[in-house]
Amino acid sequence: MLEIKQLIKKYRTGDLAINGVDLKVEKGQVMALIGPSGAGKSTLIRCVNRLETPTSGEIWLNGENIVKLRSGKLRKARRNMGMIFQEYALVERLTVMENVLSGRLGYVGFWRSYLRKFPQTDVKEAFRLLEKVGLEKMFNKRADELSGGQRQRVGIARALIQNPDILLVDEPTASLDPKTSRQIMRLITELCEEHQLAAIINIHDVALAQMFAERIVGLREGNIVYDGHPDNLKPDVLTEIYGEEDWTAVRKSKAKKGTESEFDDESVSEEHMAEMM
Amino acid sequence: MVTSPNSVTSEIQSTSLPKSWAPPPFIKNPILRWGLMLGLVLYLYLSVGMLEVNWTRIYEGLDRGAKFVFGFMNPNFAGRWSDISEGIIESLMMTVTSTVIGIAISIPIGFGAASNLAPLPIYLFCRAIIALSRSFQEIIVAILFVAIFGFGPLAGVLTLSFASIGFLSKLLAEDIESMDKSQAEAVKATGSPWWQWINYGVQPQIMPRLIGLSLYRLDINFRESAVVGLVGAGGIGATLNTAFDRYEYDTAAAILILIIGIVMLSEYISGYIRAGVQ
Repeated sequence: MLEIKQLIKKYRTGDLAINGVDLKVEKGQVMALIGPSGAGKSTLIRCVNRLETPTSGEIWLNGENIVKLRSGKLRKARRNMGMIFQEYALVERLTVMENVLSGRLGYVGFWRSYLRKFPQTDVKEAFRLLEKVGLEKMFNKRADELSGGQRQRVGIARALIQNPDILLVDEPTASLDPKTSRQIMRLITELCEEHQLAAIINIHDVALAQMFAERIVGLREGNIVYDGHPDNLKPDVLTEIYGEEDWTAVRKSKAKKGTESEFDDESVSEEHMAEMM
Repeated sequence: MVTSPNSVTSEIQSTSLPKSWAPPPFIKNPILRWGLMLGLVLYLYLSVGMLEVNWTRIYEGLDRGAKFVFGFMNPNFAGRWSDISEGIIESLMMTVTSTVIGIAISIPIGFGAASNLAPLPIYLFCRAIIALSRSFQEIIVAILFVAIFGFGPLAGVLTLSFASIGFLSKLLAEDIESMDKSQAEAVKATGSPWWQWINYGVQPQIMPRLIGLSLYRLDINFRESAVVGLVGAGGIGATLNTAFDRYEYDTAAAILILIIGIVMLSEYISGYIRAGVQ
């Protein structure tokens, strides 16, 4: 359904964010995209929505090459992609209902949206989705009155009311606590199943990715270095994606009670520090 | 190879570290730094020396000043009340009209002058209008418009509208430029057409600022209406000018007190409204 071919994105600053990515996502497939900061995860999904313009390559969605689309046709293609953002990106001074209904702007005429007179079916669907994400009583609250978890739920409702074919999700849990993170991930994956949606979910938390995604793609320096089942994400694969690190170590210093100093090679440790930044 | 935090710190301590620290100076070169400071002090000294103070003139002027202040102590509202009220009403009319015209023209120009929304040619065009409007002081514009349209409030309204455009468009454009990009982007990502994108993604972010600036401009225009009146562009300024010409300091004082009162009142009201639209 979504097929990315030889995608390259080079920023004007000269940074090569994506270096020839080929990727295919089937209908209804929930895929997690993992990789270190700066690997190009955000750029990749922003290219799919054309918030960034790819330097070269093709992105096919439902038989259309998104890269070639302009103005009107691009807007029509965007309606089929629901985006969910790290910092929620709700319009803070609008109400919850207005934020959800803004997902229908691509379908509704100017005056209807300006006067907030959306079609009955859209309003009904908005209420249904708000109930689904557990915010049915909040519809008249302003977005900036909500907690982080609640805001992300509104973000999910806004993406779903577009009635998209694919969800593009950028670090949905990075600003949330562990419990809320799990709830949000569960909600996203459940809704994907219910609506037969494909999803690309950028995520830093490898454990969460393994828990909720059926497929994991690892990105490093703009290249895909892993593509497979979550269970095969072994330490050597993680090293391939993120770089050298002791992936099995759990409170090692405590366990050893500081009897042994592990590192003797200063340059290696500095390299780690740099990569963690 | 794994690093543990403890050992990293011990490693840093082993190397020789500086013992004192001072913030880096703003200008690195000490000669340039001290030279600039010294130059500034010297320039200031010479400038003050150039002011010629005529003490006998000041002594004579004190008398006139005293009359002025005395007039203030005894403002005369009644003597020329019909002129004063006419002037105030005209000024208020000029203020409201010019502010509304100014806002109506400033909104499109402000959007056009925001580099994150407008394409380059439109951006440059709108910025040029703003620069033109801002580079001429109200008095100069008023003199020009009085020459073209004759004495009276029309010249005043046009002057104040012209000045409002530079002020409102510039500050509105700056607010649009500093808006939260991600909120606007999220609306764009839904496939929203341009006008709806502005209405949902941009407008809510700039509305409080637009309302605040408009109210602020309303008070500025009222104060300026008194100033442009001095050169014949109508309003309370014309009445004030006449009072000064006739050495009627008591009437002038009454007018000034009214201006101060109205400005304070509008300040209070606009503060109240602005607090409500956060």
